[in-house]
Amino acid sequence: MTNAENLIALLIAAPLLGAAVLLTGGRRLDAVGHWVGTILAAASFVFGAILFADLLGKNAEHRTLIQHLWTWIPVEGFQADVTFRLDQLSMTFVLLITGVGSLIHLYSIGYMEHDERRRRFFGYLNLFLAAMLLLVLADNYLLLYVGWEGVGLASYLLIGFWQHKPSAATAAKKAFLVNRVGDMGLSIAIMLMFTTFGTFAFGPVLGSHEKPGLVDGASEATLTGIALMLLLAACGKSAQVPLQSWLGDAMEGPTPVSALIHAATMVTAGVYLIVRSANIFNLAPDAQLVVTVVGAVTLLFGAIVGCAKDDIKKALAGSTMSQIGYMVLAAGLGPIGYVFAIMHLVTHGFFKAGLFLGAGSVMHGMNDEVDMRKYGGLRKYMPITFVTFGLGYLAIIGFPGLSGFFSKDKIIEAAFAKGGTEGWILGACALLGAAITAFYMTRVMLMTFFGEERWKNQPTRSPEAPSAEPAAAHHGEHAEPHPHESPKSMTIPMIVLAFGSVFAGGFFSIGDRFLHWLEPVTGHSEGDSPLSAATVTGATMVCLLIGVAIAWAQYGRRPVPVVAPRGSLLTRAARRDLLQDDFNHVVLVRGGEHLTRSLVYVDHTLVDGVVNGTAASVGGLSGRMRKLQNGFARSYAVSMFGGAAILVAATLLMRAV
Amino acid sequence: MNPVNYLYLAALLFTIGATGVLIRRNAIVVFMCIELMLNACNLAFVAFSRMHGNLDGQIIAFFTMVVAAAEVVVGLAIIVSLFRSRHSASVDDASLMKL
Repeated sequence: MTNAENLIALLIAAPLLGAAVLLTGGRRLDAVGHWVGTILAAASFVFGAILFADLLGKNAEHRTLIQHLWTWIPVEGFQADVTFRLDQLSMTFVLLITGVGSLIHLYSIGYMEHDERRRRFFGYLNLFLAAMLLLVLADNYLLLYVGWEGVGLASYLLIGFWQHKPSAATAAKKAFLVNRVGDMGLSIAIMLMFTTFGTFAFGPVLGSHEKPGLVDGASEATLTGIALMLLLAACGKSAQVPLQSWLGDAMEGPTPVSALIHAATMVTAGVYLIVRSANIFNLAPDAQLVVTVVGAVTLLFGAIVGCAKDDIKKALAGSTMSQIGYMVLAAGLGPIGYVFAIMHLVTHGFFKAGLFLGAGSVMHGMNDEVDMRKYGGLRKYMPITFVTFGLGYLAIIGFPGLSGFFSKDKIIEAAFAKGGTEGWILGACALLGAAITAFYMTRVMLMTFFGEERWKNQPTRSPEAPSAEPAAAHHGEHAEPHPHESPKSMTIPMIVLAFGSVFAGGFFSIGDRFLHWLEPVTGHSEGDSPLSAATVTGATMVCLLIGVAIAWAQYGRRPVPVVAPRGSLLTRAARRDLLQDDFNHVVLVRGGEHLTRSLVYVDHTLVDGVVNGTAASVGGLSGRMRKLQNGFARSYAVSMFGGAAILVAATLLMRAV
Repeated sequence: MNPVNYLYLAALLFTIGATGVLIRRNAIVVFMCIELMLNACNLAFVAFSRMHGNLDGQIIAFFTMVVAAAEVVVGLAIIVSLFRSRHSASVDDASLMKL
């Protein structure tokens, strides 16, 4: 038992060591750096697997391992410990992070082969793994915050990895800044927690789902405040409305980064935070309602954006946003939805990582072209990519029997089971989202792998394409692309992830395995759904077919124009991320400018006015006074006599009075 | 004779002296006018001494004479050296201290 606990720190230590070695080791490690990074990531996965086996060997109630390393900040009344907590929830995340993470490390070996800064890239990837593991393993909110910030840092470094491209540098800064807004929410939540409860450790504050901790005695207003601040944090990290604008631009990073950070792991941190803080949200129904609204709005928002993008990675980014919207929606439903939020998170981790790696593979074979209008008919040239991407596609749209079907269906059922009008509205949003998901994913699939070969007879390197992807140099500039299958180090991870996409959902759902596994941590209750499970499944299938049919009518039956048509108002808005950036620009940037300008104006007129006015009046007065100093002895004598006369007169006057 | 008349005389002398200080330019004359004012004050002190029947005023008059003698020594020396350097005894010419 003690042995197993000691392994927890090693989970984090392995990738952290990798990051330290790779980032400080210098050029000597260039030749082996990628293998060091990959092996340490895999080592972390092995430790995770050992711990998982250990947990499985125990009874459900003994499956929480605590490892106390040292006391970080020992101050009277303020105890911050470096303590790790491994329970079923963090175990799930550990396996997802290290598993998908290791596969993506492996994939990156091939993908980044021609990049001279590959060693540094693997260092950053390891840093990211370490930070993410710290986030999910922390036993108190302050330590979680450390991991939270570490993830933000790693994300910044990786999005801006090709920093010589101004667009990548800007995207990295944007992601960092938007994340700061969310981080502020988390720090305020921690402060509120400390002032309310006197501690921010999970155990005392949250308790277990049967027996809530200190949260039980707090007022609902305080809890709602804490919960809303936590939601703000989750919105920042998980790219939920209104802090979602960074995710699309984050696609400037290398594709493995998009797969690892912006699909499978980092963006799920917000969902983790909400589910981990379940006991706070359970006692704050108003905050829960806000969570569900954020989730529902984001799932439609992301889906609509995904429909309009021609850039394959940005279409997938919209899809990520939308799928995480599903998870947040489920997490907001309370005990009905927590388990399904995490289940969808895991299955989504598989199929979205697979889809992104597939997209990377397509780009790799197409001279780094990202515009889907210049793809077409690639299934013949990239059979493995086609099959793995296709399985990911079937999983995400919820094709019966594949992963997404089980997890998404459960979320839609849970949304209806919320009951009342809210339940109907949320359920309808979720169903509509399923239809749109089917539409845009079918669109991606058809435009990429089917139809005419639109890349023939034209150079694919449009000016706005990521001309600086260093791998491109290998293929030659401005040549007609020669689509080819990617090397084994890239296809193997895709195949493994495709297996996950196909079987994970079924494996989790049959016999409610996942439910029984996670229930002791999050709790679970069956809502009373107004619709039977079969009805919901049927409705989901109908939505799915409608979405696929519309996409086929538009992109499968007719040839796809190489130049994007102007499109309707909605299309044009969706291409611009539903005007999110314009909104931010007008309201926040302009607003900020107005605020600073008016502050400068106040400073110049009021503050400077007082200072300068005082100086000017003193100066003016003394300018007049100095005229008295005229150098004529007789005029001094006059003032002396005058002064004496006034003194005498005043004395006499005072006497008289 | 009524001692108040001495006070009237003192006031008259003081006024003449003050007016002379204000309107004359010649440093020697100004100086003499200052002496006139001092002596007017002395006269007033002595008259008050007589009126109040104690000797305080007379003692102060002696002090004034001593101070005036010392002042004359210093003041005349300044006027002489001023005249030597500027060939003029006008107080208005000695206005170097103005801004």
